[in-house]
Amino acid sequence: MKVFLMFRDRDFNVQQELPAHAEDLTRDLGLDTLFTAMSGGDKFLYDVAQKAMLLSVADVGTILYRQHVLQDCLANAAVIQKIYEICVACLQNERRHFWGALSSSPGMILHRSVEVLHMFVENLRTLKKIAETEVAGFSSDGLRRFFAMIREELSDAYFAEVQEHLKRLRFKGGVLISAELGRGNKGINYTLRRPDDREVGWLASILASPIFNHKPAYTFHIAERDEAGFRALSELRDRGINLAANALARSNDHILSFLTALRTELAFYIGCRNLHLKLTERGYTSCFPTPIEPGERRHSFKGLYDASLALSMDRRVSGNDVDADGKELVIITGANHGGKSTFLRSVGLAQLMMQCGMFVPAQSFSAEVCSGVFTHFKREEDTGMRSGKFDEELSRMSDIVDKIKPGALLLFNESFASTNEREGSEIARQIVQALLEAKIRVFFVTHQFDFAHSMYDKNLPNALFLRAERRPDGARTFRMIIGEPLDTSYGEDLYRKIFVPAEGRMAQEVL
Amino acid sequence: MRFESILFENAARGSELVRKDAPDFFTDLNLDQIVAAIIESRRQEYDLESFFYSPLTDIDEIAFRHEVMKDLENRDVLDRVRAFAQTMRLVRQELGQSAKLYYRYQKQWWFLDAVDVYCKGVQALRDDLHSVDVHSRGFAGLRAYLDQYVASERFIALGQEITQIKSELSAIRYCILIRGNAVTVRHYESEPNYSIEVERTFEKFSQVEAKDYRVKFRETVDMNHVEANILESVARLHEDTFEKLERFWTEHQDFPDAVITRFDHEVQFYVSYLEFIDSLRQAGLPFCYPRVSRDSKETLSRDGFDLALARKLVVEKKPVVLNDFQLTGKERVFIVSGPNQGGKTTFARTFGQLHYLAALGLPVPGREARLFLFDRLFTHFEREEKVTDLRSKLEHDLIRLRNILREATPDSVVVLNESFGSTTLKDAIFLGRQIMNRILELDMLAVYVTFVTELASLSDKIVSMVSTVVPDNPAARTYRIIRRPSDGRAYAISIAEKYRLTYEALRERLAS
Repeated sequence: MKVFLMFRDRDFNVQQELPAHAEDLTRDLGLDTLFTAMSGGDKFLYDVAQKAMLLSVADVGTILYRQHVLQDCLANAAVIQKIYEICVACLQNERRHFWGALSSSPGMILHRSVEVLHMFVENLRTLKKIAETEVAGFSSDGLRRFFAMIREELSDAYFAEVQEHLKRLRFKGGVLISAELGRGNKGINYTLRRPDDREVGWLASILASPIFNHKPAYTFHIAERDEAGFRALSELRDRGINLAANALARSNDHILSFLTALRTELAFYIGCRNLHLKLTERGYTSCFPTPIEPGERRHSFKGLYDASLALSMDRRVSGNDVDADGKELVIITGANHGGKSTFLRSVGLAQLMMQCGMFVPAQSFSAEVCSGVFTHFKREEDTGMRSGKFDEELSRMSDIVDKIKPGALLLFNESFASTNEREGSEIARQIVQALLEAKIRVFFVTHQFDFAHSMYDKNLPNALFLRAERRPDGARTFRMIIGEPLDTSYGEDLYRKIFVPAEGRMAQEVL
Repeated sequence: MRFESILFENAARGSELVRKDAPDFFTDLNLDQIVAAIIESRRQEYDLESFFYSPLTDIDEIAFRHEVMKDLENRDVLDRVRAFAQTMRLVRQELGQSAKLYYRYQKQWWFLDAVDVYCKGVQALRDDLHSVDVHSRGFAGLRAYLDQYVASERFIALGQEITQIKSELSAIRYCILIRGNAVTVRHYESEPNYSIEVERTFEKFSQVEAKDYRVKFRETVDMNHVEANILESVARLHEDTFEKLERFWTEHQDFPDAVITRFDHEVQFYVSYLEFIDSLRQAGLPFCYPRVSRDSKETLSRDGFDLALARKLVVEKKPVVLNDFQLTGKERVFIVSGPNQGGKTTFARTFGQLHYLAALGLPVPGREARLFLFDRLFTHFEREEKVTDLRSKLEHDLIRLRNILREATPDSVVVLNESFGSTTLKDAIFLGRQIMNRILELDMLAVYVTFVTELASLSDKIVSMVSTVVPDNPAARTYRIIRRPSDGRAYAISIAEKYRLTYEALRERLAS
């Protein structure tokens, strides 16, 4: 029995380590806000949301598989919530059956396992009922398969078989063990046997008497105060039930892990629904993106906004339309406080959301899946004592290079600007050049005119140059428009603000 | 003659030779170390010391051992003898087990198994001795004995009885029903394996990586009284089988055969020595079968070495220096002199060891050896003075020497080492001369390690041997002892340099 709601053919491993750059991604893209919105304050939901989003999948099939499951979950929120609650209750209940001493005997293992299994079976029964009554409302491969499996595996006959075992395994009529003689005439191959029911019932003692039973049998009793005798007897019994206890305890573990997996995988979809609700409440639209196979260099969207910002700002966040199909390098320049960073973040965020199977904050979105999203953002706060700023930047860059693979998406935000422009630009050029040749897509927000314009002058067919829009009156629209990098980002505005009356004179001086 | 022993052709006379205590010279010749190393791994199981304490007196008995040893140098023979030893070890263990156990059916089972192991082992040894080449009188005798033994009606019946009882026991299957404090034992009636049914039902929840909840039980050889009660019940269910077991136990207490157990014990004398010298052979050291004589005192050793020292050096991966000696015609005595730490004592020990090992009928160190079968072997090495000893050291030495020379015969071998180091040179020359004259008079074989080089010129029966140094570097020892007149030079200074005990060296060391 497998859950398989995150992958068509495997479990979602929530224990998997996050990639090393996850911390940078979280910080640079403001993911924490998103996780919090998904969790609704629940720690478990938070953890699953975090893992699912940071452990991106790069496979279009899996992304679509999840999208469909998520669509089902959004449409049948109450049913999904109920299944989730059954899992949670079950898992909590299991924990209440404490393991006793450190070293448990097969007898103790069996006793606990029977109790826990009993509880599990009750809940699985409920789950099965839901599967039977609600399946019609679901259309995704993932959930239809899941319900079908539940119905098939957990048939009434199966439940009856399990109940029978659970009853028998309480050994009300005693434990029957077969054995053979080994070395030293010691008993070996102790094997638990299913007795003829006549032997274990109330009739047993009568039937065992010589009148009814001509087969030879010898019975002896352990004296009441013979503690060593009882210990020996209990060990013998334990030898007999060792394998059955093992099988049952393992089954418990397995059901436990099934329920844990179910809870975990559902937690992701419930998180997505929470986010969906919050965005809708605030009047934002979202859509299911079209993931494109890698290598096609497709990247276009309409109305893409920064979901994190949308969740944390009272003011309405505006969206961007960009068609970057066929582009591998996008250089964004333009006015300070013009929405460049927000735009960059929205690109990264949407990519991550798409690649975990979620909807994206846009009217439409279609993009190539990437092998990984990386960020290299300017770190104002990182004025470490250990190394200089530029040193720190390059060291971070080096870490990224260690991990990055072809087909990745790398977002630069004012990188290599902690040195003078000439040097910073040269380094940026060389790095970007190398990245592009390595088939890594680059979004680069920069103030460095030298860098930006030199790239522009190359007339690269695979490069797109965006500029934060600034109306002629200097007002920001927070929109990105296609445009040649300008030699100044904000100086002119400042200049104007201060020197407008003497514009002519100053202009001459500059020349 | 009926086979009795692998150590002696004449077993009755041979047994009289066996002595419990180590000969007096054992420590002087470091034979104690050698024997300890040889028998080390077997000390718990066999009493082998006494065999190594008992030199032979008969040339033919030595030949008897050489033959056996040569057979055992055939790897096939040795492997089979070792396998048999392993079998007999197991028999002893199981008999011990049987004796220790409390419940009769347990005792009886272990006894049955011990006899089973024994029978199979004996049969295997008999078959093995036909499949390999053995040429010695010893192994041929053993083979004939085993042929007869294994073919005996009694032995055949024993084997059949064991097979029958064992197959009956292993066919037994029974059921135990535990209900409260009641334990019922009855026949097994093909009830289904319930563990498998349970496992099957819950199979669908199975995963690849599953924790193992099976509890490991401590397995003991003995039983608790509940197990014993169950076993008694099983015995009642199978009365016939257990009666056979009981009868087997009472009827066969007289096993095993005395000749076979004696062989198992005695053959370890050869096997242990072979194992010991094998490690030295692997290090490139030669061993040979000496020609041993009671008549000729012409002795010879080519590339001989001190076995105790060689073992130590091989362990330390250091080279072993080989030495020759030879006495021809009237020559009887080696005078060994030369620089200290040059191998003089080692040479003397080698001489003694070779003679002793030859008398045990064993291969000796060296590529070739001709050795005299002595009636007595005497040594006189300097020993540490005991504080309680009232007599002076010199007086003590002289008393010991007097005793040796009083007991020695022309057929004795004597090894003397620095006997008069505690007196003046004049006294030493005088005393040495007296002793040497007595030795020459007896015409016995002797090695005399001394700084009194003058003794070498006393007679043409005496051969001078000298420890040598590297000509360019007198401080370096070659550990070679060569036949040459002594030049009497002192080499103490070079040894002092080596140990940094010269004036300059000491000043330097003491200054720091």
